Amino acid sequence: MPDTEFEPQIIAFCCMHCAYAAADLAGSSRHEYPVSLKIVALPCTGRTDMGHILKTFEDGADGVLVAGCLTGRCHYQSGNLYAKQRVEYVGDLLEQIGLQHERLRMINVSAGMGARFAELASEFTETIKLLGPTGLTKKPRSKEIPLAPEKSTKLMQSTLAKNEQIIHWVDPKSIGKSVA
Amino acid sequence: MIVADQKPIEDIKQMLRGKRKVLAVGCGTCVAVCFAGGKREVGLLCSALRMATDLAGEPVEIDETVVQRECEQEYIEHLGERLDEYDAILSLGCGVGVQSLADSFPNTRVLPALNTKFMGAPSGQGVWEERCQGCGNCLLEYTGGICPISRCPKQLMNGPCGGTDQGGRCEVDPEIPCAWYNIWARMDNLNIQDELMEIHPPKDWSTSRDGGMRRIVRKDLQKPELDEGDS
Repeated sequence: MPDTEFEPQIIAFCCMHCAYAAADLAGSSRHEYPVSLKIVALPCTGRTDMGHILKTFEDGADGVLVAGCLTGRCHYQSGNLYAKQRVEYVGDLLEQIGLQHERLRMINVSAGMGARFAELASEFTETIKLLGPTGLTKKPRSKEIPLAPEKSTKLMQSTLAKNEQIIHWVDPKSIGKSVA
Repeated sequence: MIVADQKPIEDIKQMLRGKRKVLAVGCGTCVAVCFAGGKREVGLLCSALRMATDLAGEPVEIDETVVQRECEQEYIEHLGERLDEYDAILSLGCGVGVQSLADSFPNTRVLPALNTKFMGAPSGQGVWEERCQGCGNCLLEYTGGICPISRCPKQLMNGPCGGTDQGGRCEVDPEIPCAWYNIWARMDNLNIQDELMEIHPPKDWSTSRDGGMRRIVRKDLQKPELDEGDS
């Protein structure tokens, strides 16, 4: 039985043209939604990278909400449709990882749907509360080893140096003069 | 390009059993452009694997790196400096990349995270199709630039089998356009369909892979050596 005290961490990636404004409207219209939901504004849900979603879970989120414009109403035409495909892909990946795909959901709201946003946010939070914590142990992020090793930088520098010599050799000033 | 696809997480998780710390190595060439093993895919897979192994109670520490070309020794040799701390390398390169890593680092286990599929090209957004089987004896000259070996499921050499539908689709799989239907259409368009009537001897398959591992030797590119008598 999940702990009733469990307060989930939920990250909502919100498109600034619609869902972000809807969340704002929910606040100014005094429609309450759970404080466990933290909003990250994006220029469009099409900016949602699958890596962002996974790293969010890895860094301790219990649920991720991707909130975009209504279908057919994307300010960039198809950003929310790309987001939908990526959410579906990551949902499958979550199942393979051993996390429930219900932890990730995409919703579509317009900027005027403040009450609906609050309703969906509360509903999602309840779902996550029922699912409970992810069970992941929080650890420091692993290292990312730089792409360019020192050696190739040196190689590149020596190539540059060689090119400089070539350029020097065909310097227009030297044309017609005897090469010592 | 060489087109590859990621193995299921479960399969990779099984490979990583008993490993404490692993270095994931992506490749910035073919598998990066087919979205299977570039920087982004390395990040995604490693994140997924860290969580999957953690949830399974056997957490594996996974560091990430990408080399520009995993199949060439010059691009991977620097990895050797830090391999002491890892139990294995998880390669997100093609089969060639995995073997280059294995050849370069004989004391380190190298595991494949991808299934290498074919030599092909993107035919649309998010779609890749096979275009070459490396038979070693290219006949595109005679077939209008369309390869019946890689694009016809029956590898027919003398025209369509008769199973092509009205729309030029293959009977084996309607998703496959009939290679010979397209060869004819293209040669007709170029007004060179007469060339299809020429008789060619049977294809020489000895250059294909039936003779085992193939090798190309270019003396002009090798390090010169002094012969006896040279002074």
